[in-house]
Amino acid sequence: MISARRLERRPGARSLFDRAIAARAIVDSFVKLDPRRQARNPVMFVVEVGAVIVASFFARDLLAGGRDVGFDFAIAVWLWFTVLFANFAEAIAEGRGKAQAEFLRRTKSDTRARRIVHDREEFVGAASLRAGDLVRVDAGELIPGDGDVVAGAAAVDESAMTGESAPVIREAGGDRSAVTGGTRVLSDTIQVRIGSDPGESFLDRMIALVEGARRQKTPNEIALSILLAGLTIVFVLAVATLGPFSIYAGTVQSVTVLIALLVCLIPTTIGGLLSAIGIAGMDRVLQRNVLATSGRAVEAAGDVDTLLLDKTGTITLGNRQATEIIVPTGVDPAEATRAAFFSSLPDETPEGRSIVILARRDASVVDDNSVPTGATFVPFSAYTRMSGLDLADGSAIRKGAPDAVRAWVRERKPEVAPAEDPLALTGEVERIARAGGTPLLLASDRRILGVIALKDVLKPNMRERFERLRAMGIRTVMITGDNPLTANAIASEAGVDDFLAEATPETKMGLIKREQELGRLVAMTGDGTNDAPALAQADVGVAMNSGTQAAKEAANMVDLDSDPTKLIEIVEIGKQLLMTRGALTTFSIANDVAKYFAILPAMFSIAYPEMQALNVMHLATPQSAILSAVIFNALIIIALVPLALRGVAYRPRGANAVLRDNVLVYGLGGILIPFVGIKAVDLILAALHLT
Amino acid sequence: MNAFGWLQATVFFGLVLVLAKPVGLYMARVFEGERTLLTPIFEPLESAWYRLCRIRPEREMGWATYLFSVLAFSAVGLAYLYILLRTQKWLPLNPQGFDNLPPDLAWNSAVSFMTNTNWQFYSGESTMSYLSQMSGLAWHNFVSAAAGIAVAIAVIRGVSRTERTTLGNFWVDLVRACLYVLLPICIVGSLAFAWQGMPQNFAPYHTIATAEGAPQTITGGPIASQEIIKELGTNGGGFVNANSSSPNENPTPFTNLLEMLAMFLIPAGLTYTYGRYVKDQRAGWAVFAAMSVLFVAGFSAAYWAEAAGNPIVHHLGVAGPNLEGKETRFGVPASALFGTISTDTSTGAVNSMHDSWTPLGGLVPLVNMQLGEVAFGGVGTGLYGMVLFIVLTVFIAGLMVGRTPEYLGKKIERREVQLAILGVLVLPLFALVPAAVSILLPIATATLGNAGVHGFSEVLYAFTSTTENNGSAFAGLGGNTYWNTVTGITMICGRFLFIVPAMALAGALAQKKAVPQTAGTFQTTSPIFVLLLVGVILIVGALTFFPADALGPVVEQLLMLEGRVQ
Repeated sequence: MISARRLERRPGARSLFDRAIAARAIVDSFVKLDPRRQARNPVMFVVEVGAVIVASFFARDLLAGGRDVGFDFAIAVWLWFTVLFANFAEAIAEGRGKAQAEFLRRTKSDTRARRIVHDREEFVGAASLRAGDLVRVDAGELIPGDGDVVAGAAAVDESAMTGESAPVIREAGGDRSAVTGGTRVLSDTIQVRIGSDPGESFLDRMIALVEGARRQKTPNEIALSILLAGLTIVFVLAVATLGPFSIYAGTVQSVTVLIALLVCLIPTTIGGLLSAIGIAGMDRVLQRNVLATSGRAVEAAGDVDTLLLDKTGTITLGNRQATEIIVPTGVDPAEATRAAFFSSLPDETPEGRSIVILARRDASVVDDNSVPTGATFVPFSAYTRMSGLDLADGSAIRKGAPDAVRAWVRERKPEVAPAEDPLALTGEVERIARAGGTPLLLASDRRILGVIALKDVLKPNMRERFERLRAMGIRTVMITGDNPLTANAIASEAGVDDFLAEATPETKMGLIKREQELGRLVAMTGDGTNDAPALAQADVGVAMNSGTQAAKEAANMVDLDSDPTKLIEIVEIGKQLLMTRGALTTFSIANDVAKYFAILPAMFSIAYPEMQALNVMHLATPQSAILSAVIFNALIIIALVPLALRGVAYRPRGANAVLRDNVLVYGLGGILIPFVGIKAVDLILAALHLT
Repeated sequence: MNAFGWLQATVFFGLVLVLAKPVGLYMARVFEGERTLLTPIFEPLESAWYRLCRIRPEREMGWATYLFSVLAFSAVGLAYLYILLRTQKWLPLNPQGFDNLPPDLAWNSAVSFMTNTNWQFYSGESTMSYLSQMSGLAWHNFVSAAAGIAVAIAVIRGVSRTERTTLGNFWVDLVRACLYVLLPICIVGSLAFAWQGMPQNFAPYHTIATAEGAPQTITGGPIASQEIIKELGTNGGGFVNANSSSPNENPTPFTNLLEMLAMFLIPAGLTYTYGRYVKDQRAGWAVFAAMSVLFVAGFSAAYWAEAAGNPIVHHLGVAGPNLEGKETRFGVPASALFGTISTDTSTGAVNSMHDSWTPLGGLVPLVNMQLGEVAFGGVGTGLYGMVLFIVLTVFIAGLMVGRTPEYLGKKIERREVQLAILGVLVLPLFALVPAAVSILLPIATATLGNAGVHGFSEVLYAFTSTTENNGSAFAGLGGNTYWNTVTGITMICGRFLFIVPAMALAGALAQKKAVPQTAGTFQTTSPIFVLLLVGVILIVGALTFFPADALGPVVEQLLMLEGRVQ
């Protein structure tokens, strides 16, 4: 969802017809009349050719004094409008996309870079940087291009890309080395190795996706274009042969009328809006602060069958929290709470802090003044898997992984304290682990004092989201480094369909390949360099902007907000994109029924007055009937521009329900609406005495 | 319309429904080489034939090889029949001593039977020797039907297979279709027909004196054996000119029922075969249901129009239904039913003259063909025609659920759409364009039996019928060199230019990976999908031909209601 903040800031959230964008779109509509551009769209090309022919007939009749000058003029004008409206739809979608992209590009354009060549520095324009160049960026300067930090560390303001005002740390090596062009260094100095040639950065690629001229058609768009071109040929055959048929029938039809019929029959509604739909889809992705490298990737998102979601950060809040402390028989709960409290006070990890918060709830037991003096904090290390306190009196407190703590208890010198059962609380430890929590064993010298239960906290509403995904037919798989027991518990609590426990980059890759073997399309998010192969293998790979350059290069989308749940929204945008195309195609074809009932009686009722029986709309005159159909055909394009730009209403449901509703709205609606529309236009024409 | 008429239709359709499963199941077993009841009888024959022709049945073909085999086989068959018709005078079994056919008529007739059209610019009983009938025409009745079935089976395999490049062996499918499917049914059927009184002899025609004393020639010949394959193979070429309205070809109401059943038997059975192959019987029944909707709608319209009769005739004081051109032995319902079935399939046999139906009634056979003959359709051709429409429907409807469209686990993408739309283009191209050219050519219009609107309807019907390989006619066209040549071309183009994209589509589908079905995939077996499929067929067909039909039967009907003919 778009937050309120972004609504203010993002140009894409402007009203549908922003005045400046609309003004430029109107100009562009005329520029796009260039037949070389129209040829990209066979349906509209046919309309333009028709418009040229009718206009030339009009010109000839005007000079020679023909009979139907007024009618030819009206048809010609509305055919040109049909082409212009389609152009306008594309132009306005482009305009909105460009505004969005330019907003991102603005910061980028004037940047100057300090390039390091053989230990000497030189100033060059950011645009002349090549992949592999090394640049130095000081505090207060803009980073000239996407790349990786190779030396130093700095606080970087990435708000231009993400809208997030808090600076982030970027440092050489590790998973936080990637920097994005156009972001600003706030402190320190870093050296950056530029990762891509100009024109190939994510932003440049994204801009290409919303600019009509440079836009590549997506596979589905190509397939649909073929269908539309095929239908256009069918109608060209139907109308062209109608000429000779009507000559035989003794009711010769003018070329103008035949062209009017042809334009009404070919699928101009979808033909005119097709590219606008595609561009608007990219624009919607951009509005969500996601950069995509290709339209294909967004389309593929709609097809995704399996979603791989990292547990931490996506399904659960990042941190585990202490929920309870359980003591064995014979231990005073107050003593255990105190030990937990003391040993966690100096512990800065989120888990440690949550233990402090839990202990403080029991104010009678714990107060900050009773902290023992002279104690040394032993921080957590991956080797000991424990942390704790060494007290001044030689005794010690440890908390940590149960097996590590038990081993520690066993190894404590016997002279310090008498041994007690080191296996106490085994059952409790297992129970907590099975429930998806992390048990921390707490011990003082040779006594097990208790077990602290740490639990993953699910993000709110995740279960509903997964249910929605399931209704859409998408399987969710949780990826976690936890052991299978813990993973299973969290998976069932969150409502995901499956999980991959103790995940490594290799097992993750294996899972993707297995799913793909079964014919499933896989989407995933990732940020680390070791995620890169999996991101590349996945059909839809979304890299977090906070991740490494390698991850971003491998992915086909980058989320500037670094929000892993964004993947779900991207899937919905992809689906909506395809649905809009299908709905408008159905609508466009269904429209033809009414147009026949308007035009055919008008064409033939002079020779066969009986044909008036088919004039079910009771249109005033043959000429007004034909003109009304042409005008309706042009206006419906403009009327549907908002729908094309916004996409059809989408609610995540099963495919059968979606199909039924859309067939009703766009299929049945597509048959009925033009009857009303054409009649309305005819009434207006009659009222204005234009027929 | 009356209850008895509806009862006839209901009984007929009930029988189709009952027979579809066993016939379909049998065909699935036959084409997968499984054992059937008839294996012990035909298996030795089959293997002997393979040895003789050096066919290696286990060697499967890719779509291109399969297609090439179909084309090569048809070309050789065409040449053979042409030569036979041009030389029949000097060949045996010609008791009436009929002359050789002229080149243009031989061309037209040879193409007609090779393409399973059976358009006839001749009268069988006064043109064709018994040898030509049996070893030329009837032979093609068998093999053109078998070739159609083979292509359908290849297309079905294409839909059902995943990640494969082959679609079966054409020669094997062809032999099995003839041997296991067509031949046994024909043996039983021709015996039944002969029992009902159909002639089956090699005798010369009898000339007898009628009660009035005038001489009348009674046609003889091997009619019963030819009649059954005419219907079963959805061929439709009559032994005699009057086709199934003649007592020689259709002596009793029972033979009428059998003939109608024979036309739907294999096409309806193939829908079950289809479900069997794709391992989802509901998919087969969905196809069956869509076909049934089109059939029932067509019959109802035709029956209604014919039962309502002709107001012009009513004004003359003759009340009742339109009986012009109908056999009173069959009446309105059985005529409307036969005509609907004959044009729903690619048979084109008639038991009444479609030319004499009311304009609206006559529009039904015309529209049946314009929709691509997919309401059960020709043997094989109906099913693979339907697969093309399914691809289009799935593509348009599938987008509306927000996924790349899928059918039975296969993604429908650019290539599939391309091939399906190519197939759809064939009919308008070869039905409308030659009609538009012909209608303005004096050489063509000179032989028209009717002037004005009805003359146009006849031309439109002729090109629709030949392109769709139906073979029924509104008559009215004189068979001269022009018509013989041009309709020969439209028959060839209509058949093979459709088979090419159908086979390529099968090849493309066979190579696809299977995609698992999820809640995000819409069911292609639901009633809503069946309705969508019917909608797409109607809209594509109606939108293409509506303008032409409007100038033909539609305006004729409106004129008739006003009491005019011109």
